[in-house]
Order: sequence, then structure tokens, then C-alpha cells
Amino acid sequence: MNGESSGYSALTPAQFGALVAALRQAGYAVAGPRVADGEFVFGDVSSSAGLAAGYADEQKPGRYLLSKSAKSAALFGVVNGQHSWKKYLFSQQETLWRARGSSGGFSVEQEPCRPAKSAFLGVRPCDIAAIRVQDAVFTGGACADTYYKTRRENALIIAANCTRASGNCFCDSMGSGPRARAGFDLAFTEVAENGAHYFVFEAATAAGKQLLSKCGAPAASAAQTRKADALIESARAAMTKKLDAKNIKALLYRNYENPRWEQTAKRCLACANCTMVCPTCFCSTMEDQTSLDGAQASRARRADSCFTLDFSWIHGGGSVRPAASSRYRQWMTHKLATWHDQFGTSGCVGCGRCITWCPVGIDITEEAAAIAEAEAD
Amino acid sequence: MQDPMTPRRFRIARTLRETKDIFTWELRAEDGGEFAFSPGQYNMVYIYGIGEVPVSISGDAADRRKLLHTTRAVGAVTEAMRALKKGDMAGVRGPFGSVWPLDKLEGKDIVLVAGGVGLPPLRPAVYHILRNRAKYGRCTLLCGARTPQDIAFAQELERWRGRLDFDVHVTVDSAGPDWRGNVGVVTTLVSRAVFTPEKTAALVCGPEIMMRFAAAELANRGVREDSMYITLERNMKCGIGLCGHCQLGPVFICKDGPVFNYGMIKQWFLKREI
Repeated sequence: MNGESSGYSALTPAQFGALVAALRQAGYAVAGPRVADGEFVFGDVSSSAGLAAGYADEQKPGRYLLSKSAKSAALFGVVNGQHSWKKYLFSQQETLWRARGSSGGFSVEQEPCRPAKSAFLGVRPCDIAAIRVQDAVFTGGACADTYYKTRRENALIIAANCTRASGNCFCDSMGSGPRARAGFDLAFTEVAENGAHYFVFEAATAAGKQLLSKCGAPAASAAQTRKADALIESARAAMTKKLDAKNIKALLYRNYENPRWEQTAKRCLACANCTMVCPTCFCSTMEDQTSLDGAQASRARRADSCFTLDFSWIHGGGSVRPAASSRYRQWMTHKLATWHDQFGTSGCVGCGRCITWCPVGIDITEEAAAIAEAEAD
Repeated sequence: MQDPMTPRRFRIARTLRETKDIFTWELRAEDGGEFAFSPGQYNMVYIYGIGEVPVSISGDAADRRKLLHTTRAVGAVTEAMRALKKGDMAGVRGPFGSVWPLDKLEGKDIVLVAGGVGLPPLRPAVYHILRNRAKYGRCTLLCGARTPQDIAFAQELERWRGRLDFDVHVTVDSAGPDWRGNVGVVTTLVSRAVFTPEKTAALVCGPEIMMRFAAAELANRGVREDSMYITLERNMKCGIGLCGHCQLGPVFICKDGPVFNYGMIKQWFLKREI
């Protein structure tokens, strides 16, 4: 889905609304940021009026606060929340096949996967990086995952560059943001300040260009693109968290034995929140169900977490990782080190969700620094 | 093409009781097709209404009409497997995983070490070696079981032992007075095997602790660690590296294994709780 980027267009809020309408008219199910029951989520968007206008988020380790300001007109003022786009591409629960039993045996039928054409509206650069990480996981090996692949091929991506950083963002360290460089059909930067409100758009694919042409938007002025660029740079400058991505793999490979794992395990609840909110975590388990009369059976795949004891259970040996320290070490080392050897990329994109949604506020950037420090001692 | 997540149906053509808890299935594909695999590989075996488990393939890779599985009844699925009879149906996904690198090992002396239910995954390698016997140097099979009654493939072991070009040594952990064979753990047999260490490759399969000691004994005899191969087991759900369960450091046991070069995997295999 990469293409040469054309010039920039500037869309008014009304033209942005026309783009959403054009998407729906072209047959896309549009998903985007919304506020539902006081939570910032991704959901169906029927018009731009359904987006999270005026909302902003405040994030700290173990803390998330969503607030609405009457003064702000921004539709994409929230950096991110507990949802990631994997909920659309890698279903948390899905049936893989169904079987029917009979006296002579059983028959098996693969569950069809026919996803609707969908458009993801307002995908943050870190989340685009996360989708590309999951592309490598699910479609980069010898056996591609049919279900992920089919959904992915039916998804149009509209990126939203970041003009704010949350307190837990560190995409700059991971090289994934705050500007989206590739992996999208359309990308925009929203400018909403001092009474001005417009979207500076670029199209990267033929599909993106065609959609943009339907909005009747003029080319962006040099001042408008300069303003958009300046806001992205201010988001970069506002990031307080850092991670030494260059050296982290070697550091963790050297530090399977480090006192920090035990210390962190004293705080870690092994609750699996970090793996559920992580946009790249892909572990799953299989669940077989049989009807009460035994006539039908099915297999479903369900999201799983390396933090559960059951995850590594083997017959005769129990759990391979009984200690919480081993499970935290597995998660963090996988994310930042072994992932490179498995998939040629880091498993972390710097979105900060694991820090925010950890009930006790364990901070992966702080942990990486502490391990380096403990090693130096 | 069959999706790797969807089972293919097989029917049990024959069941064999190897010991009180180890049994063998001979399967034929319901679609009448063949089943191709390489020694060392495994399948995910599905029992309708019960569940699915990884089971190594124990038959001869040269015979693609039959699929053989040998396992020990230890849990819900394998207990259900044991209860099935000739004519019953099972689902199979596979073959999955890495193989014993038998082509690469031509010209070498071969030592096969099997502990417990470790012989079934090695049996396809034995068949291959015996069929291509001239391509290998001295070949020895060292086999350990808990008691004489727990020795799987006992008749076949006797047949192999009768060959002049294949050495077979069997030992048991404990036995009654009527047992005239060796008593002791299988690793003690390593000293009995005749081979030239610098041109020897070892294929080892059994409990992890047994493989650790076997590797140490073989290293003591001068076998290089990168000439040893072991098979590993972890919780596996998908078989194709997508579910994440079977990770050991950077490898997925299901697709990068189950057969690993010991010199390569040692640094992960020997760490605790990886």
C-alpha cells in the first residue's frame, strides 16, 4: 500500500465530513475514534459528527484521564486509548472451523472469512507501525494466517499524524512517529487552534488519491503545511519518555539474569493488561466447543497472554514459567529483543499503552533503563 | 489447498498396544490421498469433541499411504485417543516442524539416544538409516525405559538388534529378577557405544533432564555439541508459529523445532524458566 506521495491538500471540517461520506458511499465500513460510555474507543463512524470532537487525554503510568473542552474543535485531540486496531484485524475471538459428528466419524468445514471493505480513520503513526509488525507476524512467514490476511487486504488506512504526545508516548525513540512515513493510503495532520481548523492531507495510493479527489479540496498553502509540520515537531519535542532502541536487544539478551526482574515481579500483578492493550501482542489459544448432544463441535481462536500460568503449561512439567518474574521477563524480552530475531523488527512501537493501562504503572522505558543500570553496577 | 488451521480427516486402520500406556495408530487419509513427511516432524491430532495435541510421527517416511502415530496416554486427549478403535476417525493438521538432518549426516557414525516415549520420533530416522545403510558409518541405538514392560517397539528392537550393521543397547530404570538386561539410566549406555567421536552425530529424544545428561556424556566422549540434535516440547496450539505459546527465547518450538541443533539451542535450553 505504499506509493509516491502527491502534493498536499487542505480540507475544511466540512470537506473532511465529505471524505467520510465518500468512504461510506464507496462501500467502506468506517471505523474511527469515538467516545462511548466515557471511554475513548474505536467504533463505527457514520459521519464526522460521531468522532471524539473536543476530547483530549492525559496519560501517566497507571493513569488515563479523558476530558472534554468546549474550546477545542479538534476531532483527533486524543492520542490513543485502550483499543488498538488489532481488534479489527486480529479478532479477539473467532471461529476457525465447525465440525459435525455422525456415527461414521465427523465432517469439518472451515469457517468462511468474508470481511467487509473497511476504512480505519485516524490511525496514529505508532499504530501503523504496529499493523506492519503484525503483518510480519501473520503474513511474513511460511504459513500466512488466512483470517488476518483477508481482513488486512480489505482495510484502507487513513493515518492521523500526531500533534500532541501523551505522557507515556515514546514513538520517537522507536522510530515509528509522530509522523507516518509509509503504510497508509491517506495521511493527515489536523490543525485546530486560534480559530483555524483544517486538515493537511497527503495521498499515498491510487485509492487514497481517488477518495481525496471527491472532497473538492484545494492544494494546501505553504503556510498550512508549515504549520502542520511545526505541530508534529512540537509533539516530538513534548515526548518525555525515551528508550534506547539501538542497544536494547543486546542488553536484554545479556540480562536474562538480572535482579531487576525479581524487583519488578513484586509489583507486577501478572494481570495481562499490557498484552491486551499492546497493538502488536499476537498470542492466542484454541478453544474447542462441543454441543451438549455431541452433534456439533467447533474451534475458536481467542486472544491469550504470556502472563497466565496456563500459557506455558506442558504435561508432566506444569508451567514452564511459574514465577511472575519469568513471565514479565518473557514479555519484555520478547517485545524488545527476541522479536527482532523472529520477525526482523522490534515488537514495540512506543505507543505507551502498556504503561498507561498497567494497574501498578510499570513503565517499560523505566524497566529498560533500570536493567541497563543494574548491569552497569 | 487445505488451510493449516483446519484438520484433515483420517481413519484408524489399525491400533497396536505397545505397552500398558503406549499405543500406536496406523491411519489412512479419508480422502484417499497420501501423507508425506520427513523424520522428526509431528502432527496436531484432533479427537472429535475432545481436543487436539501435538504427536510425533512414528512411521516410515518412505511409505506415504500410511501415517503412524505412537504416544503415551497421559491426558484427556491422549486418553481419548487410546480409547478409539479401528474404523474410528481423527483429524490431522501437519506435518509441522523441523527434521532430523539425515542427508547432512551421511558419512558419519550415528548414535541415537531414546528415553521413555522418545523412541517414536526417532523411529522414522532409524527406518531411513536402515534403508540407506551404506551411506552412514557405525550406527547405534541406545534406548531407555522405566521397566521392561515399558519398552515400546520391543519386537522391532529385537529385530534391529539381530542385524550385524546396527548396534542396539536397551536399559531399564528398574526390573524384577527375571530381567537379564541392563539396569540404569540410558545415559550410562553412552560409554558402551562404539563410534569415532570426531565423525559422530547424535540424535537424542527424551525427557529434558535425560537429554541434558546425554549431551554431557556424549561431549565427554568427544562428540561435538554442534553434531548433536535434540527434540523439544512446549505447549503448542497452532503448529505454525502464530499462537506464541511454544517460544523458547528467539525460537518457536513448533516451526523452528522440534528438532534443534544442540550447539545452537543449548544457551536457551539450559536457562531456567525461559
